[in-house]
Amino acid sequence: MGLLTILFLTSIVKKSVEPTPLADLKEQFTKKKQPPSVDHTKFSQLKKKFSRPQDVTAACNECHTERHTEVMKSSHWNWEREEYIEGRGIRYVGKKNILNNFCIGISSNEQSCNKCHIGYGWNSPSFDFNNPNNVDCLACHDNSNTYTKQSGGAGMPDPSVNLTYVAQHVGKPTKANCGTCHFFGGGGNNVKHGDLEKTLFDATRDVDVHMASDGVNLECISCHKTEKHQMLGKVYSLSSMNRNRSTCEQCHTETPHKSDVLNEHTLKVACQTCHIPEYAKVNSTKMRWDWSTAGQLKNGEPFEIKDSLGDEVYMSIKGSFVWKRNVQPDYVWFNGTASHYLLGDTITPTAPIQMNTLHGSYADPEAKIIPVKIHRTKQIYDPVYKMIIQPKTFAIKKGEGGFWKDFDWVQASEKGMESVNLPFSGKYTFVETEMYWPINHMVSPKNNSLQCNSCHTRDHSRLANLRDFYMPGRDYNASVEFLGTGAIVLTLLGVIGHASLRIVSKRKNGKG
Amino acid sequence: MKKEFVYKRFERFWHWTQAALILFLALTGFEIHGAISFFGFEQAVTFHRTAAIMFLVLIAFAIFWHFTTDEWKQYLPTRKHLRAQFEYYISGIFRNAPHPTKKTVLSKLNPIQKLVYLALKILVIPVMVASGLLYMFYRYPQKQGIGSLNIDSLEKIAVVHTVGAFFLAAFVIAHIYLITTGRTVTSNLKAMITGFEELETEHTPAEVHHTAGTK
Repeated sequence: MGLLTILFLTSIVKKSVEPTPLADLKEQFTKKKQPPSVDHTKFSQLKKKFSRPQDVTAACNECHTERHTEVMKSSHWNWEREEYIEGRGIRYVGKKNILNNFCIGISSNEQSCNKCHIGYGWNSPSFDFNNPNNVDCLACHDNSNTYTKQSGGAGMPDPSVNLTYVAQHVGKPTKANCGTCHFFGGGGNNVKHGDLEKTLFDATRDVDVHMASDGVNLECISCHKTEKHQMLGKVYSLSSMNRNRSTCEQCHTETPHKSDVLNEHTLKVACQTCHIPEYAKVNSTKMRWDWSTAGQLKNGEPFEIKDSLGDEVYMSIKGSFVWKRNVQPDYVWFNGTASHYLLGDTITPTAPIQMNTLHGSYADPEAKIIPVKIHRTKQIYDPVYKMIIQPKTFAIKKGEGGFWKDFDWVQASEKGMESVNLPFSGKYTFVETEMYWPINHMVSPKNNSLQCNSCHTRDHSRLANLRDFYMPGRDYNASVEFLGTGAIVLTLLGVIGHASLRIVSKRKNGKG
Repeated sequence: MKKEFVYKRFERFWHWTQAALILFLALTGFEIHGAISFFGFEQAVTFHRTAAIMFLVLIAFAIFWHFTTDEWKQYLPTRKHLRAQFEYYISGIFRNAPHPTKKTVLSKLNPIQKLVYLALKILVIPVMVASGLLYMFYRYPQKQGIGSLNIDSLEKIAVVHTVGAFFLAAFVIAHIYLITTGRTVTSNLKAMITGFEELETEHTPAEVHHTAGTK
């Protein structure tokens, strides 16, 4: 008995001392950061007045001699990757040539869209991708928080930026660097992703348990690990292959729960599904975009209408929008591969055109259920050539054919389609499209994750739309249910009938 | 009439524990099935699994007991008086007719009971145990890389398990009612609680036959 007590006690003590994997991670990521081993303010190369940003890059390259070659291999630079797309073969796809259902595409709009390119001056297809000095080191490495790119400047810095100061204050990328572009994609805060927005610059644990300022305060690159300027992770609006993904498992392992039943779920359910119960937790995200209403003018001038939260519900240049906050994700099977609507694909729309399709099913051993944002749009389409149109939207001044200045869809379509070497019939209409955005950020603290009955329930199951498998609590076989309930009811009726007859006959016999 | 010790201590323990477990498994099981809500899904799953393991342990002890005591022979089916027993339930009972078979320590089950309990023991319970174990462990084989044991979908297992559950539920209702059809309304219940029951001492030829058959 005494021996048993000792064994029991030691097992308790052992448990309380042994660090859990989660505690290990917390320790690892809350370590005080070492000061950098170099002080860029002391380099003579950087102690001069830079008039052109390209000269800063040249100065960087004097010491970091081969770094630009790494950058120039990255998708941040090329805006395309070599991808194998199921049924399409090997394609070179990326922001460079894939259409979306937000601002649609960069072609003929480079001057504006390519503000977020990590280069200087990509304003036309003739941009020199082989000139090292065109690489913008500062966009990602500015640690002074004073570097910004100019709107409509094709990636050039804002004229107000003190290049010397920025060049002297460089370091590893922080949320501020990544977020400047990735939180504002689609023309405003949280427009595109829904789970990436400016709140993450300084979030609470409830919003994002990883990036929270009052938590472990991870940087983007803590998970999107980077070696030689090649980063883990990409978004399936643009990429197609199951490779180079940044995953929860890289830190948390595939079996992070104490409960075996929960660990078993990880074979078919992605971590994000339960641990991101909602997205757009603070600011709204765009759920629907209707380009067909664009172009209305007041006294010949474009205008905007905002709702009570300050979100634009109408813009003459872009059309009408539906925004949502605290959105419950949709759920789909996903095996890590996707296909896309590619420029020039001809489609006769019977259902909404899928701008990207995430592949997977229950039967697919690689597939897991993931949460997604589905963005739905009515966008411009050529009913004669049956193609989604790449319009020219941006223009510096009127008369250049940009829709945002001239409000003429025919001209905008002509110019845009010409820029991608595709025909335009002169006729246009608007078609419904859908685009799938996997939700990976805004992970909630564990006590806010989904409960069993969020899915395992007959009514309002979060997985109500995934019908290709049997899920306890949600599913049942209708005939078994009918026959089984029938058997119980008949037995009960039989028992009641039999008992009543017995009581009646007993009285009779008793009286007799 | 003589007071006889019909149900041994283990037998009663087994019966009542089994009864409690079956009711509890039904409650938690139908909650997992989505038909009722009581504990909440998560608790229901935990409780159902725990009760299932307790049930397995109980079954192991019960099997041991049945074989070491030769009590298993009580369940050997017979066609003798089977029809008479049916007729008793559908007509005789209303006329105050006597039970067609006499209950004795060595033959405590009537022909219908023999048949139904045997079916429970060799068909329903094994099916529930097998489907239940597959339900619990159906994906672990895949985890350990035994591809041939992979089951594509839970659906078939779940359907079998649910059919069994409905059957057991109906059985329990009928069973609870039929125990009132003993010598008196409560005599069977009292016997299963105390172990003792007043049995008729007069031996019919049929009964002698049964006694010879069981021992």
